[in-house]
Amino acid sequence: MDLATVWFLLIAFFWAGYLVLEGFDFGVGMLLPFAAKNADERGQAIRTFGPVWDANEVWLIVAGASMFAAFPYWYAAMFSAMYLPLTLLLVALIVRVLAIEWRVKLDDPQWKRRCDVVLVISSYVAPFAVALALTNVVRGIPLDADSNYSGTLLDLLNPYALTGAFAVLAIYALHGATFLGLRSTGAVRERAQRIAIRIWPVATLLGGGFGIWTLAGTGGYDAGISPVAVAALAVAAGALLVAGWAVVQRREAIAFAATVVAILGVGVLLFAQLWPNVLPSTDVAAGTVSIANGSSSPYTLKVMTWVAVTIVPVVLLYQGWSYWVFRHRVQADGFEKAKSPLQALEQRRAAED
Amino acid sequence: MDVIELARWQFAFTTLFHFIFVPLTIGLSAFVATMQTKWVRTGDEQYLRMTQFWGKLLLVNFAIGIATGLVQEFQFGMAWSAYSRYVGDVFGAPLAMEGLGAFFLESTFLGIWIFGWNRLPKKLHLASIWLVFIGTNLSAYFILAANAWMQSPVGYEIDPVTGNAVLTSIWELLTNPIAIYAYLHTIPAALTSAAALIVGISIWHLGRKPGHETGFFRRSVRWGLRGMLVFALATITVGHFFGQQIAEKQPMKMAAAEALYESRSGAPLSLMAIAPFEKKPERLSFSIEIPKLYSFMETNDFNGHVEGINDLQKEYQEKYAQYEIDRGRDPKAAEYYPIVGMTYWSFRTMVGAGVLMALFAAVGLLIERKKPGGVAAMSRRKWFRCLGFGALIGGFLAQAAGWIFTEIGRQPWAVTGLLKTEDAISQLGASTVAISLSVFIVLYVVIGAIEFWLFRKLAIKGPDPLPDPDDDDESPAKPPLPSLAY
Repeated sequence: MDLATVWFLLIAFFWAGYLVLEGFDFGVGMLLPFAAKNADERGQAIRTFGPVWDANEVWLIVAGASMFAAFPYWYAAMFSAMYLPLTLLLVALIVRVLAIEWRVKLDDPQWKRRCDVVLVISSYVAPFAVALALTNVVRGIPLDADSNYSGTLLDLLNPYALTGAFAVLAIYALHGATFLGLRSTGAVRERAQRIAIRIWPVATLLGGGFGIWTLAGTGGYDAGISPVAVAALAVAAGALLVAGWAVVQRREAIAFAATVVAILGVGVLLFAQLWPNVLPSTDVAAGTVSIANGSSSPYTLKVMTWVAVTIVPVVLLYQGWSYWVFRHRVQADGFEKAKSPLQALEQRRAAED
Repeated sequence: MDVIELARWQFAFTTLFHFIFVPLTIGLSAFVATMQTKWVRTGDEQYLRMTQFWGKLLLVNFAIGIATGLVQEFQFGMAWSAYSRYVGDVFGAPLAMEGLGAFFLESTFLGIWIFGWNRLPKKLHLASIWLVFIGTNLSAYFILAANAWMQSPVGYEIDPVTGNAVLTSIWELLTNPIAIYAYLHTIPAALTSAAALIVGISIWHLGRKPGHETGFFRRSVRWGLRGMLVFALATITVGHFFGQQIAEKQPMKMAAAEALYESRSGAPLSLMAIAPFEKKPERLSFSIEIPKLYSFMETNDFNGHVEGINDLQKEYQEKYAQYEIDRGRDPKAAEYYPIVGMTYWSFRTMVGAGVLMALFAAVGLLIERKKPGGVAAMSRRKWFRCLGFGALIGGFLAQAAGWIFTEIGRQPWAVTGLLKTEDAISQLGASTVAISLSVFIVLYVVIGAIEFWLFRKLAIKGPDPLPDPDDDDESPAKPPLPSLAY
């Protein structure tokens, strides 16, 4: 296997990791108005991902930077083609970071409420933009012979990409719900379970439909059907079915693991369909950027491979450790501040009413 | 405005805005980590409170630095795709290393630090903030190495087939003298700015609320003043040698910084000059100079020969004639100098602010040692508080001016001698970039204002009071620690 292919796989790995990891903190953000009914509960829900969301987001940066280093032509063509959707993504991510980090810096209910509104809206917009960008990459976009974008913004808002974006939103809502069910207590946990049951059919149908559309040829560009993609779709579909069963059975760990696998499956599906190209052109065929014609020099790839081989395992270890440190279920503010178990129970009862 | 102007404004605006917060993050994380170390070592509660108060300001600042940093990673590809294709093989590597080696470290351990107060053993928790500091340093190094390559490309060759730059030695790229000097200059500068912030806020508290938290802020101000002096002197010293490096690698940048037009021996150092508002004003209406000092600064010889803008321009017109012809432009019309006035004044702002900050710190330490009541007593006077606030502003000013100098001084090149800025742009419509630029301006003005408001509010509020010993008898398992978590 040549190093360019190794880097294609690594980039797919970073993207899939990003989709899974930031997926649940997007999902929790999306569900905030439904799963948490007061300021304490919203704080509780946000604390379920509080210690880890920032590192989750770094996966996106690393995915982007790896594309820059290993496939400059891919990075250049994709990012300039998707200029406006990515601007939207950046705005959403910026305000989201600030809403999460700043909301507790003032002890003012109105301030917190405003931050929460920003968090919820940006948690819908950001994954939507990410999904729009990724699905368009798989589908192919109009490129001229120099791989410069020759389409318009409307070309990116095609039915396939929009279906993909809504499927991702639905799956993230489910993913967020299973995460919240696993990581919270009390009323939030109960509501998360109910939400998961309700969102499950939508996520499964949209996800399945999108997956089949991805396999069946994705629009302007027809890559044929990759066997890996078929397997990935089967795994993702199976995982979604397991998730449905687990949610009903209240097997929270299994439910979350299943949504993780489902999203990983979707990631593999997308990149398997993309291979051996990295950015197909639906306009001038010569504009297609592939693993072969878009990668960096062998020397750069070799250097970067050494760097990745050395650092990625260490990163996985300490990031995994941080998840282990914060594995405990998170309680609502009032519950944590309670002075006695009795008072805590009273507060819990009050919160559930 | 055409697309290139818009894209340049966007890059300059978003990058400068980002860089308001980054030095403070680097510097404050070092101070907070040191405070926490003192607490773990001595068990002195005051240090814990210092960690928490300054740590809270650090976190407010960290957030906006992370948020605006995202834009940096994306906009090379978005707005500068010709650049990205041309240099990606070289430039992408340090960026990816930054992501893998620095951002993961920073973000993971920042989360652990914020939420780990009660969960981790003290020392392990302490290690997490130090790892954050190391992460910010690694990040600074990689990004400065990437930038240094744009200033002075090393370890590459031009691929004969594609015409793009290709990496030949990662070692040369990472040990680029410009990168090493830039790092050794930027980190102490960041520490100076953070120290100045601590000093400014502490002096304000000491003056406005005499007797309130005096112990806390006296200790803080002493830390700040000492740090400010040491790091400002370090910044200035490294800056001197850095300048000599730049004069060697980018003579045009230093010539513009001195507004020196003709090459000469024994060139004077211009303290200040006023000239017509032009890109390259040919005459100065007013100027104060110190004879021969510039030559000495750059060559260690009062009669040393230094190059001037006009001679360099002539030399470059010949040297880069082919570059212009290849792109269908007239080589005789090409300009190879930056906006002279901007380069000149940003350089002076940086150096001036740095020197004044060092002076202020020295005087402050003297007052603390000699005068009864020390800085705390002096802070009752309004002019002294204003000076303290000036030092705080000076830190930001010097940082911004330093980067304006670095990046404006490189123009017209994106990569010195290899790719001009005007040839680096994406194929975008002017309206597209106009939209994104407007969006970023509005967004950044709003979040900048909120950051300022929040920061001010927290700074004025002061440290949280010590926990009431009568209050925690019922829940001994909950020490009043995690005020930083959410």
